[in-house]
Amino acid sequence: MTTVVLPRALIALFPGAERRVDVDASTVAGVLDVLDDEWPGMRDRLRDDVGLRPHINVFVDGERAGLGTAVQPGSTVHVIPAISGG
Amino acid sequence: MSQRVLVFVGTKKGLFILESDRARASWTVRGPLCEEWAIHDATYDPAAGTLYAAGGDAWFGPAVWRSPDLGATWSHSSAGMTYGEDGPRITTVWSVVPAHGMLHAGVEEAGLFRSEDGGATWAHVRGLTEHPSRPEWFGGNGGLILHTIVPHPADPDRMWVAISAAGAFETRDGGATWEPRNRGLRNDYMPDPYPEVGHCVHKMALAAGETEILYQQYHGGVYRSSDGAATWVDVGSGLPSGFGFAMAAHPRDAGTAYVVPLTDGVGRHMIDGRAAVWRTRDGGATWHDLRAGLPQERAYVGVLREAMGTDRLDPAGVYVGTSTGQLYASGDEGETWRLIADLLPPIWSVDTAIVDG
Repeated sequence: MTTVVLPRALIALFPGAERRVDVDASTVAGVLDVLDDEWPGMRDRLRDDVGLRPHINVFVDGERAGLGTAVQPGSTVHVIPAISGG
Repeated sequence: MSQRVLVFVGTKKGLFILESDRARASWTVRGPLCEEWAIHDATYDPAAGTLYAAGGDAWFGPAVWRSPDLGATWSHSSAGMTYGEDGPRITTVWSVVPAHGMLHAGVEEAGLFRSEDGGATWAHVRGLTEHPSRPEWFGGNGGLILHTIVPHPADPDRMWVAISAAGAFETRDGGATWEPRNRGLRNDYMPDPYPEVGHCVHKMALAAGETEILYQQYHGGVYRSSDGAATWVDVGSGLPSGFGFAMAAHPRDAGTAYVVPLTDGVGRHMIDGRAAVWRTRDGGATWHDLRAGLPQERAYVGVLREAMGTDRLDPAGVYVGTSTGQLYASGDEGETWRLIADLLPPIWSVDTAIVDG
């Protein structure tokens, strides 16, 4: 299983969602699909048809990742919103 | 049965709901709702009993929020709200309008989406985005956005929309094909003042009880159409400035409409720092300023395109939100005003509902 760490602002949009989730997937895109199965609509908050949303960063085991990046059993995936605001 | 008066205030940081009784004398405020997303439009659909809020978030993208219990609980969706993998991306939702059992949403980058399941899923109304004039559309300071949706009250196949800066369009076949509806609008920012598209329409409103009379606050003037937007006539000569963003129609009197003239060119705030809403009672032939209760000194505030609304009580209420977070209300058709909320985030939209209970 791969452990996914989700941002607080995201899980606030989905009642019952948790910050740490274990999923079975082989790519970052697959991770988002699994999250969407659990909480319908969550995928759309993190990506659109073009790719990851511009201010959403994903790291796999500490390395910057894209939708096609592979994830392994035991990997940790961090979903981190960019620093912004005002 | 008692009635509740609700005012939905979309802001840069969430939706707020003000509530009063018919007297509209004292108000309670709820919010911020919608997880403090930027909310550009909110509207209550009495047929479905659903409150909709249109907006977006810099991280999480566009969505239409919906609440079955007047804002107590919410869900949200943008499923299907896409132009495909080649883009452009859709960043936020600017308008949401229920009518004829459907829901339409206007988005940035400009386009129209339709939902037939109460906002759970969306489908692109391609006919508009594929209009031959599309290469000539350009964004203004507010982006290339579809901000105004006016359903025809009787014919579900007819609808007007407005895009900044492309102009007004109408469909008569349920969205399959569209025609520009900008004849008579005079722009002062392009070499050709009367192009077919390229117009910065700020807001349109249908006259009460009418099917072919519309009012428009344009970038440089206030216009009226009596032929379903086929042609527009300048009716703003009685106003101190042709520039403004907001436009609201009276709920019952077709000749009555409200605008908020702002300084043209620079500033785009209340003229001379003195706040006023202007009202016509005769379809734009004459206009009168309404100031009682509005600040008349150092009021360098603006009112954005969606930030004025009316309620359907008699006398009608009028509500104006500023881009600096003040909400002013009139319970007597604009004759007198009162500040009913202050220190809100910048206000994007103001809309109302009257509900029993």
